[in-house]
Amino acid sequence: MSRRIEARFAALRAEGRAGLVAFLMAGDPDGATSARLIAGLPAAGADLIEIGMPFSDPMADGPAIQAAGQRALKSGMTLQGTLDIVRRFRTADATTPVVLMGYYNPVYRRGGERFVAEAAAAGVDGLIIVDLPPEEADELLPFAETAGLAVIRLTAPTTDEARLPAVLARSSGFVYHVAIAGITGTKSAATASIAEALARLRRHTRLPVAVGFGIKTPEQAAEVARLADAAVVGSALVQRIAGNLDAAGRPLPDLEGAVLAEVRALAAGIRAARRTERAAP
Amino acid sequence: MQRPNTYRGGPDERGHFGLFGVRFVAETLMPLILAVERAWEAAKKDPSFASELAYYLEHYAGRPSPLFFAERLTRHWGGAKIYMKREELNHTGSHKINNTLGQILLARRMGKRRIIAETGAGQHGVATATVCALFNLPCVVYMGTTDIERQKPNVFRMRLLGAEVVPVSSGTGTLKDAMNEALRDWVANVEDTFYIIGTAAGPHPYPAMVRDFQSVIGRELREQMRRAEGRLPDTLVACIGGGSNAIGLFHPFLDDASVRMIGVEAGGLGIATGKHAASLTGGVPGVLHGNRTYLLQNEDGQITDAHSISAGLDYPGIGPEHAWLREQGRVDYVAITDEEALAAFQLCSRLEGIIPALEPAHALAHVAKIAPGLPKDHLLVVNLCGRGDKDIFAVAERLGTRL
Repeated sequence: MSRRIEARFAALRAEGRAGLVAFLMAGDPDGATSARLIAGLPAAGADLIEIGMPFSDPMADGPAIQAAGQRALKSGMTLQGTLDIVRRFRTADATTPVVLMGYYNPVYRRGGERFVAEAAAAGVDGLIIVDLPPEEADELLPFAETAGLAVIRLTAPTTDEARLPAVLARSSGFVYHVAIAGITGTKSAATASIAEALARLRRHTRLPVAVGFGIKTPEQAAEVARLADAAVVGSALVQRIAGNLDAAGRPLPDLEGAVLAEVRALAAGIRAARRTERAAP
Repeated sequence: MQRPNTYRGGPDERGHFGLFGVRFVAETLMPLILAVERAWEAAKKDPSFASELAYYLEHYAGRPSPLFFAERLTRHWGGAKIYMKREELNHTGSHKINNTLGQILLARRMGKRRIIAETGAGQHGVATATVCALFNLPCVVYMGTTDIERQKPNVFRMRLLGAEVVPVSSGTGTLKDAMNEALRDWVANVEDTFYIIGTAAGPHPYPAMVRDFQSVIGRELREQMRRAEGRLPDTLVACIGGGSNAIGLFHPFLDDASVRMIGVEAGGLGIATGKHAASLTGGVPGVLHGNRTYLLQNEDGQITDAHSISAGLDYPGIGPEHAWLREQGRVDYVAITDEEALAAFQLCSRLEGIIPALEPAHALAHVAKIAPGLPKDHLLVVNLCGRGDKDIFAVAERLGTRL
């Protein structure tokens, strides 16, 4: 339910820091490993979890996330399997928000109403459907609102002032600002352009703003954390998975440790960022 | 289902052809696509745009393309009177130039300084590289590695024309993967880049815009057939990958109830084998590449790989207007296998002295099935949308000949 998202951002505000949104692809590199990785994220410092629903043709994703989706599909991951991972996660963790991110076709094929109801029942809190723009959101929005799922909108550097109100209308949970005009995991945005975008967004919404695309290191995460309500890291994590597979694509023994260590480093960067800021006069 | 007053009124302002079409893209692209739509709406109303396009279509592309009475094929099949709309005689050897000329003129109006495109058979890539050379704009063409292998002559032509051909190895390395990569390029280079989509698919306004540029085919045919036979044709046949040559042929005739239209999809190894590219015959509605249409996909909504001997038809989707016309029952859609297309490829070469591309060979193969059963005064037009020079290596290999 979207209430978990609100509660988490309220808690972060109380702590005086930004949150870490950790992205992993469901089923990458296989269902069991993926489920264990996701279960380990909160303890490693992830404040929100974003789970990718693998799709064969992810047109907004860069090579790292594309490869993660391909590994997941090859391992047999399905939409049902993705919901099962969330359901298992919820048996052990009732508070960490889980957001599903993906493309519209698998959702459409399953049926929007059915999918949203199943996702809510599994313990999902919000949805990001990359290629369902606000103009067409009526296909899914009423069902999501009924089920209490947040519909999280993407804003981009190309989203101009005139368009923002339409993009933000009936959005909920948080706003996901895509920091670069580009695909995931490629170039990184300049801090100044992020600051400018956040100022613009906050004139139009009271929702928390998470910033993603191009955040790869704890230092970059820290910089974003000084400005935004949350930083999203995805490509850097799935690259850790890619780097810990054997020639046949099976996980090496160190895989889970390596990914969660990366999450801990990013979380530490984010937590330190606010402390630094508050220590300043 | 209620029959509409006209079949030519679509799409609506958000790009709907009934359930199909629309605009399903990431937010980064949305403002850009809206800008393309505004520019296109303005250009459509501007007589100077129309006259500039008409000038290049005539003096550069060589339009109008002839309407040719295929006497030997007519006698061979012994039924309908077979006409060919000779789109393969256009500059660059296919109908694709009709669209790339239109879109590059639009890109120039918008002040864009860089052109990208996707290509399957390479015909659209060549047509795009050609107009980029003509107007001195840098050109990047995305092409699947599988297609690069089977369409080497076109790859070389694009490079001669000064284009950069970027191999795409994701997926099966065919047209759909090239389109994914072109869309990724566009997302990353939104400021200065115009994406010339090659078929009547993608986010609104592309399906309608490409159709409008290609409708010159059907408009010319109307006039040419009136002069040749004094009346409308009875049946129109065109091959369909994304469906731009077919919609260009069909659209001006959609409201002429006496004209039957047949779109021919690539049946690959046969629909039952699952190895085909027939989205209407063997697919279900879904959302890909910015539009809702019929797609080859599995139960979980993952797009499945298309298969066709013809790189230009090897695409798991189809233009949304075709999906709508099929649901309306206005156009019939059938599938032709690789083998049937190969046979028609050879037959047309021997009997008419015209080596067709493998794409229209599919249309010819369907004509071979229906023409014998039609009366001798039945006027059948097949769109010969491309010439076969690019395919001789692939065909030679299939026929066991070493070149």
